Amino acid sequence: MPQRIIVIPAYNEERTIAEVVCGATKYAERVIVVDDGSRDQTGILAKQAGALVVRHAVNRGVGAAIGTGIEAAVRLDADAVVTMDADGQHRPEDAGRVFDRLAKGDVEFVMGSRMKKGDDPGHMPAHRVLLNTIGNLLTFLLFGVWVTDSQCGLRGLSHKAARTIELRTNGMESISEFIKEMKDKHWRHDEVAIKAIYTDYSMSKGQNLFMGIKIALKLIFRRFIR
Amino acid sequence: MQAIQIVLTCFAMFAVSRVLIRYRRGGMRMLHLGLWLVFWAAVIVVSVHPATTDRLATILGVGRGVDTAMYLSLLLIFYLLFRSFAKIEDLDRQLTRIVRANALRDLEEDLAAGEAQAPGKQP
Repeated sequence: MPQRIIVIPAYNEERTIAEVVCGATKYAERVIVVDDGSRDQTGILAKQAGALVVRHAVNRGVGAAIGTGIEAAVRLDADAVVTMDADGQHRPEDAGRVFDRLAKGDVEFVMGSRMKKGDDPGHMPAHRVLLNTIGNLLTFLLFGVWVTDSQCGLRGLSHKAARTIELRTNGMESISEFIKEMKDKHWRHDEVAIKAIYTDYSMSKGQNLFMGIKIALKLIFRRFIR
Repeated sequence: MQAIQIVLTCFAMFAVSRVLIRYRRGGMRMLHLGLWLVFWAAVIVVSVHPATTDRLATILGVGRGVDTAMYLSLLLIFYLLFRSFAKIEDLDRQLTRIVRANALRDLEEDLAAGEAQAPGKQP
């Protein structure tokens, strides 16, 4: 039986974490929640819901948390790793579809896409579509890869990809770093259409314009100066 | 002597004292001590004899000596800002490495403890 592991980075997500973990356990042998220095009950609730909890002593950002989660998954001998958000915007069955796509064995990296045309388009609010398009354009300009949803937090890594990925950034900009890694390491990739659940809660947790600009500047800085 | 010259000189001397204190406490490398002393000495010279910058201005092709000092200071500030930014990024990354290593060590201890307990639960 392949060891499928779902990694969920979580920071102060006590409202949603238990439900997200419960959903995720149906589609993976193990669920790892990286409690990124939360000050609420996130870690305890995740553990009660059946997740393995890895705790950052201080908040390091979503990129750092995903990095820790993938590392933990590799130590647990994962055959495939899927990352998903803790705010409840991803449907667990979509994580299952990403695993299914990886199981075909012809790709190393699978991205969930809320904008991919096809079976099940999500209802992304208009300003999100705009921000996302800007993110996609920037990703294309910086890394030369066109994807339909560069900012999606639901993605899957094969056995090989999970063991070779190197995330250097700590914050939200790590989202684009996955794409850089994909290109640098010549991972074959595919996109799977997913449907995001937009609630007021998940909207308040997501990126806004100001954060978007900050992320964009950091990415440009790293690409051209470091 | 103008008031601004006195203010600048006093501030530079204060800065030199901070640099020296920091060096004595071991919080600074000899190279940086030297660079900062040269910098603040230059500030004192320029504020006492503003005319010294005029010569530099002529060499660089800038109109006034004071402007030259301004341009060079700005350049220095931007450079230091960039250096600090890069340094913070490095520290950020190192902190993540430490936090991650600790988190994973705790996880392995938890798992080991769990495995040690599990056989006991079996009838």
